[in-house]
Amino acid sequence: MAAARVPRTLLGPACLAGAFALLPLGYLAVRALERGPGFAWSVVTTGGTAQLLGRSLALACAVVAACLVLGISLAWLTVRTTLPGARAWSVIATLPLAVPSYVAAFAWLSAVPDLSGFAGSALALTLVSYPYVYLPVAAALRGIDPAQEETSRSLGSGPVRTFFRVVLPQLRPAAAGGGLLVALYVLSDFGAVSLMRYDTFTRGIYTSYQASFDRTPAAALSVVLVVMTIGLVALETRTRGRRGHARTGTGTARPAVLVPLGRLTLPALSWCGAVAAAAVVFPLATLAYWLVTGNRSTWDPAGLLSTAGVTLGVAAAGAALTTVLSLPVGVLAARHRGRTAELIEQAAYAGHALPGITVALAMVFFAVRYATPVYQELPLLVCAYAVLFLPVAVAATRAAVLQAPPVLEDIARSLGRSPLRVLSSVTVPLAAPGIAAGAALTFVICMKELPATLLLRPTGMDTLATRLWTETGVGSYADAAPYAAALILLAAVPSYLLGRQRL
Amino acid sequence: MRNPLRRYPSVLILTVLLLSLGTACGIGGDAGLVIYSGRNEGLVKPLLKKLEKAVGTDVEVRYGSSAELAAQILEEGGKSKADLFLSQDAGALGALAKEGRLEKLPQTSLGKVPAKFRGSGGDWVGLSGRVRVLAYNPGQVPKAPDTVRDLVKPEWKDKVGYAPTNASFQAFVTGMRVLDGDEATRAWLKGMKANGVKAYKDNLAVLDAVNSGQVSIGLINHYYWYERVAEKGEGSVTAKLHYLPGGDPGALINVAGTGMLKGSEHRSAALKAVDYLLSKEAQTYFSDETKEYPLAAGVTGSVPGLPPLDSLKGPEIDLGKLDSLQQTLTMLREAGMV
Repeated sequence: MAAARVPRTLLGPACLAGAFALLPLGYLAVRALERGPGFAWSVVTTGGTAQLLGRSLALACAVVAACLVLGISLAWLTVRTTLPGARAWSVIATLPLAVPSYVAAFAWLSAVPDLSGFAGSALALTLVSYPYVYLPVAAALRGIDPAQEETSRSLGSGPVRTFFRVVLPQLRPAAAGGGLLVALYVLSDFGAVSLMRYDTFTRGIYTSYQASFDRTPAAALSVVLVVMTIGLVALETRTRGRRGHARTGTGTARPAVLVPLGRLTLPALSWCGAVAAAAVVFPLATLAYWLVTGNRSTWDPAGLLSTAGVTLGVAAAGAALTTVLSLPVGVLAARHRGRTAELIEQAAYAGHALPGITVALAMVFFAVRYATPVYQELPLLVCAYAVLFLPVAVAATRAAVLQAPPVLEDIARSLGRSPLRVLSSVTVPLAAPGIAAGAALTFVICMKELPATLLLRPTGMDTLATRLWTETGVGSYADAAPYAAALILLAAVPSYLLGRQRL
Repeated sequence: MRNPLRRYPSVLILTVLLLSLGTACGIGGDAGLVIYSGRNEGLVKPLLKKLEKAVGTDVEVRYGSSAELAAQILEEGGKSKADLFLSQDAGALGALAKEGRLEKLPQTSLGKVPAKFRGSGGDWVGLSGRVRVLAYNPGQVPKAPDTVRDLVKPEWKDKVGYAPTNASFQAFVTGMRVLDGDEATRAWLKGMKANGVKAYKDNLAVLDAVNSGQVSIGLINHYYWYERVAEKGEGSVTAKLHYLPGGDPGALINVAGTGMLKGSEHRSAALKAVDYLLSKEAQTYFSDETKEYPLAAGVTGSVPGLPPLDSLKGPEIDLGKLDSLQQTLTMLREAGMV
């Protein structure tokens, strides 16, 4: 596909979104260089930075690998096979997204106290983040034209060979995008690794804030994370390749014929069941245990209800802004590959591996100086969500647009539609399921965001995540359980809608 | 083809606008006294409600963790909305004082608290105290040693529990570094590790481990034991407490406290609030709710069995100096503890 000249109507908003996402980097530059580049350099080069980086990367690699296996296998089973209760499984498979990493880690630790370090962190993080792979891959599987597979089969390839030679390559953009998000999630995670006592780079940054109250070393270390992120994004861009995977024939693709599992039904069911048990049932059971054994039954349903309402509101606003910002970037990345698109996409990702506290402080820094009226007001919090989670929506948009046949856009253009009209009347509608999946994903992630919410929320406002933090802070797990449960139940709604969506 | 997304963005954008509008209407008008609280909402909310009445102005409270709120205040600089900062520990207050963000408090307020429990520059004041103690299981050991330095001896091999990621433990290690020097502290930490010290996620878990006999001795803060006893009755708590004598580093007394921000627009309200927090009512509240030591002169706690603060022989340390936590963490990391 020839990269058409980038239309200005797309480039402008995309640059805006990119610049927005770069705000934390501007802050980091100011803080890291506060005491001169020499000091920043000495912070980065001493104190076992390389070792911490190695530990972070090792954890990220392990978690990404595990997430790819879990995410792709579950997506294939739920979308393409005769798995009994496939629809229910596809809902359940997305639920772990709602479990904050520290709740998962806490649940595992309370059940298996000896679990800690690398293994414990990898387990907890895999179980909460594999839906990042599952969701885009499942959406991609639904969008793939089965004709290619049928052709492959008719040419004599078996089902396994067809899967690896025809299906898997088409899933690569979705899987790579998901894998990248998992890697960045792992790099920025603090909750799980601190409970599991596994020393990572982000944990180093957090302790730097907590231990020395000095923002310069933390900022210098954060810059290293940014560099690493850009490297990962570049790597992913390479893996993804330049190919698009859209069907070019006439007519509409018909739904794929489901692969009969036959004797493999039971093993497939056990696999799904085992993942669901570990990732969903187990944390919920832990919550139930907290509720039952806690002798303080002081939780108030009215407070829970209003907190849930607030959480839904800010998460919806966050998801809306993030999705709107992601559209131009995602379309650009999918349709107009080139230096400009690459730079903008990298900008969108740059801050994603940063710890939430760093992004939150960056927002404090800018808002206090240049946007005082919105400081500690809702709009700023919503903007922070967009900065934090833009890549999640971009990845979804890009993968979805890649699957829409560009020839339709060319036809619309040749019929005299303007680029913007083509975008709104052809590209976006075709990519709608994928974009909606990205929006839902962002929505769920916004709901459980903690560090930025704590620092930027309007005074007195509470989300389910901040209540959870407050209650566990005084060790009253019984009081925390309803909030955690509400978080998971609310997240089940978008998951349910996504799981039901069969186009 | 029906296309929900073509309508959705406009709906969603509208939502955002409406939400922003809603908050915009909330802006304007003086917020009253703003307190940034690093102490937990569940703990201090009822107290701050009473404070609101006592001070006579509206009080707005932001809750967060002490370290992150301190970072936020530093980032806000002169434009901070905060009038008062309630901190969980002395370190965060010391950091703000060092950056010159705290206003000197009047002598009438400072004078209510012993000098060792307030900032050396008179810019923050301790409100409540907590003591590091040894919890021991009397069924397994007749008595605990009189100094934490002895815990590296072979007789305590595999018998000690601690919470290495806990801030109070780390403050104690920092105190040990001030008292014994870095070399001795490093040797002690390595000795503990070699002696099979068992790590738990927090002080409460350490106490539970001592109760159940998983370990014989645990390093904790005093109030966890009193809270457990108040909750479950003394009969069901096996562990006993040992207060270390002779200025041992293991008997560190740390404080939670408060300071007034420079440039506060509600000076008189903030000062009234500080005085309220040092009043008998507030001090008794800390003692009743958290089993901490009230620090204001003339107020004694009502916790059964709690030895008076004067009788404790904690080490003599300037609490404001406990801000070299970074080196402590490096040391803990080198020892393989965190």
